[in-house]
Order: sequence, then structure tokens, then C-alpha cells
Amino acid sequence: MAHEMQTAVSSPVTDHVHFQTVEGEIREPEHIPHHKENFVTKYIFSQDHKTIGKQFLFTGMFWAFVGGLLSLIFRLQLGYPGQSFPILETLFGKWAAGGIITPEFYYKLVTMHGTLLVFFVLTAGLSGTFANLLIPLQCGARDMASPFLNMLSYWFFFAASVVMLISFFIPDGAADGGWTFYPPLNGLREASIGSRAGADYWLIGMALFIISSLLGGLNYITTVLNLRTKGMSMNRLPLTVWALLITAILGLISFPVLLGAAILVLFDRNLGTSFFLDEIFIGGRHLDQMGGNAILYQHLFWFLGHPEVYIIILPAFGLVSEIIANNARKPIFGYRAMVLSMLAIAILAFVVWAHHMFVTGLNPFVASVFVFLTLLVAVPSAVKVFNWLATLWQGNIRFTPAMLFAIGFVSLFISGGLTGIFLGNSALDIPLHDTYFVVAHFHIVMGVSAFFGMVAGVYHWFPKMFGRYMNHTLGYVHFWITLVGAYLVFWPMHYMGLIGLPRRVWSLDAYQNFSMYGDMNRFMTDAAMLVFFAQILFILNFVYSIFWGRKVTVKNPWQSNSLEWTTEIVPGHGNWKGPIPTVYRWPYDYSKNGDDFIPQTEPYRPGEEKLHH
Amino acid sequence: MTESSLTMSVKPNVWQGGFSPFRISWGKLMMWYFLVGDSFSFGAFLITYGALRFSYESWPLPTEVFKSFPFLENVEVPLGFVSFMTFTLIMSSVTMVLAVHYGNAERNRYKVAKWLAWTIVGGLIFLSSQAWEWTHLITHGMTMKHNPFGAPAFGWLFFTITGFHGFHVFTGVIINIIILINVLRGVYDRRGSYEMVEKVGLYWHFVDLVWVFVFMAFYLL
Repeated sequence: MAHEMQTAVSSPVTDHVHFQTVEGEIREPEHIPHHKENFVTKYIFSQDHKTIGKQFLFTGMFWAFVGGLLSLIFRLQLGYPGQSFPILETLFGKWAAGGIITPEFYYKLVTMHGTLLVFFVLTAGLSGTFANLLIPLQCGARDMASPFLNMLSYWFFFAASVVMLISFFIPDGAADGGWTFYPPLNGLREASIGSRAGADYWLIGMALFIISSLLGGLNYITTVLNLRTKGMSMNRLPLTVWALLITAILGLISFPVLLGAAILVLFDRNLGTSFFLDEIFIGGRHLDQMGGNAILYQHLFWFLGHPEVYIIILPAFGLVSEIIANNARKPIFGYRAMVLSMLAIAILAFVVWAHHMFVTGLNPFVASVFVFLTLLVAVPSAVKVFNWLATLWQGNIRFTPAMLFAIGFVSLFISGGLTGIFLGNSALDIPLHDTYFVVAHFHIVMGVSAFFGMVAGVYHWFPKMFGRYMNHTLGYVHFWITLVGAYLVFWPMHYMGLIGLPRRVWSLDAYQNFSMYGDMNRFMTDAAMLVFFAQILFILNFVYSIFWGRKVTVKNPWQSNSLEWTTEIVPGHGNWKGPIPTVYRWPYDYSKNGDDFIPQTEPYRPGEEKLHH
Repeated sequence: MTESSLTMSVKPNVWQGGFSPFRISWGKLMMWYFLVGDSFSFGAFLITYGALRFSYESWPLPTEVFKSFPFLENVEVPLGFVSFMTFTLIMSSVTMVLAVHYGNAERNRYKVAKWLAWTIVGGLIFLSSQAWEWTHLITHGMTMKHNPFGAPAFGWLFFTITGFHGFHVFTGVIINIIILINVLRGVYDRRGSYEMVEKVGLYWHFVDLVWVFVFMAFYLL
């Protein structure tokens, strides 16, 4: 092309694979530097984006297991209040004296369940895994822009994980003030047992986590913008890459605010400042720390916290869009609308945070503005749902486990999204806010559905990661138990919440009028155990398949159009053996002109209709 | 039509792939985005400052708090010392501009090193001045908990926010020193590009720019 002629040939940068001329063109050096790799550089301190993605996945799965287990322990208390489980005392000692978990332990469990699932599983485990695996492969890049920072991103996450893990084993135990970490409960060492050392561990762990997330996000954004292969224009990007790009932008803007808030809480706790503390009495004694504002923390927190829920759900959007189009053998319906709706959600993410704060005494007029903006989110969300349904419509559907989980995602997203319309209204939110209705809403719309997106992604890209298939039969069993079980756990919570069952309560025995839900609670606990059992099945399937699964024998097992399937079955560092392929079309040319699929690397044929979007 | 003629028919477009759409390297792009993120951390702190300040009925007068000058006992110079600090920091940005310029335009190792060294000196003067100012205020009773000049929030906000900024200056100086060593060792001559100096220059200017807001919040308003 003309550009190449004009570009002055400069001396190549020696320490990096990617090189750009001053004019902006991406050049590759004549031959890619071949690193001699030993065990440590290949599997531990690896700079290969694919290995880093797997590291995020393994760590995320570890935390998903731990976080899920924590929820089972507190579900036991909710489903079987007053019943003694001697095993708990054996395992947890004083925290479950007599086989019944203490209220303090209950709050630790809930706090760490939320923290681990929201941040360590559905943020790092989800976008860490798939942004690393898919962005370079689907954009057509040899690696991330900075493989070194990418490696650091994982190891900061690892350090954060270690700090969080240690906090379980210190004498006073982990933090217990809720995953939102509101002061003054978390701003004072005297406020609760978990607010002693555990809360400091939590804050330091989160600070490390934020650094990890920023290092990763910077890489994702620059890689997508700068390192796309020839022909990979922005409107030919797979929707996964769009979703992960927008996720990274959200994280880049919102996480630094949480970092600021975490530093201030740390100062309040340890240096005697009072950013978030005012007029507090403990044991009848008036504290010296005065002059702060606890609500201010909530503003800072939710300025991150609300974009955070989209950081969780957007990657799932992307994965699901890709899997649905591929397995329905149809072009994604409304590609441009899909991208625009994700952008709209990203923009709205920053102007709706106060809908988490309707019960703080927010000025009703301000609340009405946030209600309006919040309800606007329903528009792009509905666009996406209808586009998925329209893509499925009259598709030639292959029900792979990945596809089932993707369809399950759409189902859950609709169910959970509808209750969002309730809670977005301040007049309805005020009575519902402290009830199980909210628990039901965010678990279905964000927790379980993002988890479905993640699992769908694991089933779909497992052949790319390990060169083997996961067992499909186990996958179907996993899917049906999880889908039905998740609904059985969370659906009844809506009704409980509507009559006012309060959340964050250790034992509901104290409330006579809620005793009617004793049986239902027991049923939900049993369902939760069943769902957890199905996840163990998944982990066994995952581990077994890595070593002994059916081998992939073709490059493109799902007959997919995107670039990751043009590499070797298990690509080495650098992804493509020869030159990076050039892209000529969008990734959703399925069932076009009698062809089942046309990869992005195929040039347009003579007379072929150009774009569908 | 052949395949190649179809390829050629794609209009050259910076967003077409194989090209940096903003015509800058990923490294510089990454620095810019990092600064966007960092500005949100400072934003969180300055919003905290604003929210707390407006909840107080009275606020210390900057001209009363900041009126001492090192080595000048019994002389009141309201805002004198901070003006010196601000001037130093802004001048260090000017020297940084020169370092970047001689790197990009002339690839002149010694001129780059000279101006980078002056930038480091400026940063060190700023940090030592801040250390003096902090020590002075602490000895006069202003701490993270107390403030003899009025609202205690002024004290803890001051130390936290100027501390966070000072930490940025400190890391900036460290990074500048590393880059200076690389310049002197001829790393960028061998690489054929002084872009690394430009990237740390971006960071340095950002730290400077943030100081303007911090300065305004504590010393002017």
C-alpha cells in the first residue's frame, strides 16, 4: 500500500516484537526474536498472553470455588437455623462453636463471598482470562502491547489473592463489613472484630487488585487500538473484543476512584484522620475523630461500584454474542446496535451511581434524576436482548455446552433485568432496598449471568487454550443443574423480599412473621448445595480434559470466522508461525450465499455483496 | 478482479488496522491513558476536599497558615515559600520540555542529559521544600488529627493530598534518574529514538499540572 512506500525505514527496536514507525504504521522486525524458554519463563513468569490468561483463569476458578463454598456455609445457617453441624466446629473452631456459625463469622463469610466473587472471580477471572486470551488472537497481534506489564498485572493479582487468603487465617479473621466496605463500620478498628487487622488486609488486597486491573486494562486498550492486523478495522472487530475494550475503559476510569477511597479509609483507620467519620459513640464514649462524611465514601465507592457491575457483565455480553452467532450459524443481528448499546451502557454507567444510595437520605429531586438515568439503561440492555433473540431466531442451532450456557445467560439477564426496573425506581427501592429482593436481583442479573458467560467462554475456547475438548455430556449435566438450580435458589428470594425479609441477617428466627419461609429457606439451601456440586463436576471435567480430553485435530473446530482459529491448534508465543493474516471482512459471515461460514481472512469474492452491517 | 486488486481497493484509513490510529506508539498511548486514570484518583481526593470543605462553616486562611519562609525568622511572607515551590516545579517542566526537544529534534545525548539533570534538581528542590514545609507545620501543631489554625479537616486533607502529590513527584524523580542513566549510557542512541524521554516527560508535566489544582485548593481558595 501507499503507506509502506512512504514510511522511512528506521532501525528496529530490539527489545520488542511490535514496532511502530513514527508515522504510526505497525511493522514487524524481519524475524521475531526467539526466546529460549525454560519452565519458569514459560509457565510461571510467562509473558505470553495466552499463558497469562490461563493463570487468571486458574486463579479465578480457585476463588470461585472458595467464594462458592463460603456461601454454602452461610446458607447452612440460613436454611437450618439453630441446627448443629459438628463438622463446622471441627473446621472453624471458635467461629462455629457448637457446630453453629457465630454472627461474626456469618458476616465475614458474606463479606468475603461478595468481595471474592465480584472482584476476584467476575472481574479478574472473567476479563483477565478472556481479554488476555482473545484480544491479541482476535485482533491479529503477536502479543499484548506490553507483555511485561501484562505479566505484572497477573502477579499483582496473585499478590492481592495472597493477601486476601492470609486474612482468613489471622486471629481476628477476615473483614466483615460487607464487600462495599462502608465506614464507619469499616473505618474504625473498634467497630467489629473483622474491622481489626482483617479490614487492613482487605484494603491492601484491594489496592493491589486495583493496580493489577489498571496494568491489565492499559494493555487491553492500547492493544486493541494500536495492534490490530491489516484490514481489522474497528467495525470488523469481533464483539468480544469490543466488549473487552469498553470494559477496560470503564475500569481505567472507575478503579482509580476506589483506590483513592481505599487510601482514605486506610488513613482513617490507622492515622487518626476522619475523612468518613463524624459524631460516633462507641460504648458510650464519644470518639475524637470528627468532621468527616460517611456518605461521601458511598459516593466515591459507587462511582466505581456501578461501573464495576458493567465491568462484570460486558465481557459476558461479548462472549455470549460471539458464541450465539457461531452456534446459531447466523450473522449477529444488529452488529452496530450491539456496539452502540455497549457504548451507551458504558456512558450511563458513570451517571447512575446514586441509585445505590436512595436510602441514604438523598434529596428526592436528585433521586428522581438518578431514577431517570437509571431507567435509561433499560434501553440499550433491551436492544442487546432483542438482538440475541433475533440472532437465535430461525438459526441452525448447535446445542454445544457453550451455546447452552450462552442461551442460559440471555434467560438470566432478562429475568434479572426486569427486577432492575423495580429497583431503579426510588419509590420502590426504598422499601425493597434492605430485603432479599435486592439479593435476588443482583445475583441473577450480574452474578449468575456473568458466571454463565464466563463458563460459556471456557467451554467454547477450551480447545484453543489446551488443544482438547471438554466432555460434552458432563457439560450438559453441568448446564441443566446449574440453570435450574440457580433459578431455584434465587427465584423465591424475590417473594421473600417483597414481603420484607431483611438481608444481612444472621438468623431469621427472631422475626415471627417470616417463620413461614423456614421451609423455603431450607429448600434454597439444598438447591444451592446441588448447584455447588454441579460446579465440582465442572472443575473435574476441566482438569480431566486438560490432560486426557478428546484431542482437537482441526484448526477450526467450531467452524468459526474469527482469527484465533487460523493459528496452530495450540499456538506458541507469537501466535502465528508465518506472517499475521490480513482481514477482509467482518467476523459474522455465517450462512452467506450458501456458505456455512466465511473466515475473516477470505477476501470478498467477485460480485459478493459487501457488508451486512 | 483478482484478490490483490480487491485488497488495494480498501481506502487507506487510519482505523483500518495495521496502523496506529492516533499515529503514536502504544507506549505513549499507554502513558496517556495511565494519566487519565491517575487524574481520577486525584479527582477523588479533590472531590473529598470540596465536599468536606463545604460542610464546614469556617476554614483556615491560607495566608495565615503558610506565611513562614526558611531561614527567615520573625518575617511573615504569606504564600512566599509556596510561590517559590510552584515556580521551581513549573521551571522543572520547562527544563523537561527542553530535554524532550533535544531528544526528538537533535538526538543530542549530552543536551538531553543536561536538561534532564536540571529537571531532577528541580524535583528534588520541590521535594525538600515540601519536607521543610511539612516539618514546619507539624512542629506548629498541624497533624493528621489536629489543626491549630482552625478546621482540623484542613490538616488531614492537606497532608493526604499534598502527600499523594509529593509521592508522584518522588516517583517522577526516580523515573527521571533511571532515564538519565539510560541516556548517559547511550541506550536511546542505540535504539534510535528518544521517545522514552518524551513518555516520562508526559508524566512529569502531568504531575506539574496536578500541582496547579492542589495549589489552588490549599493555598488560594
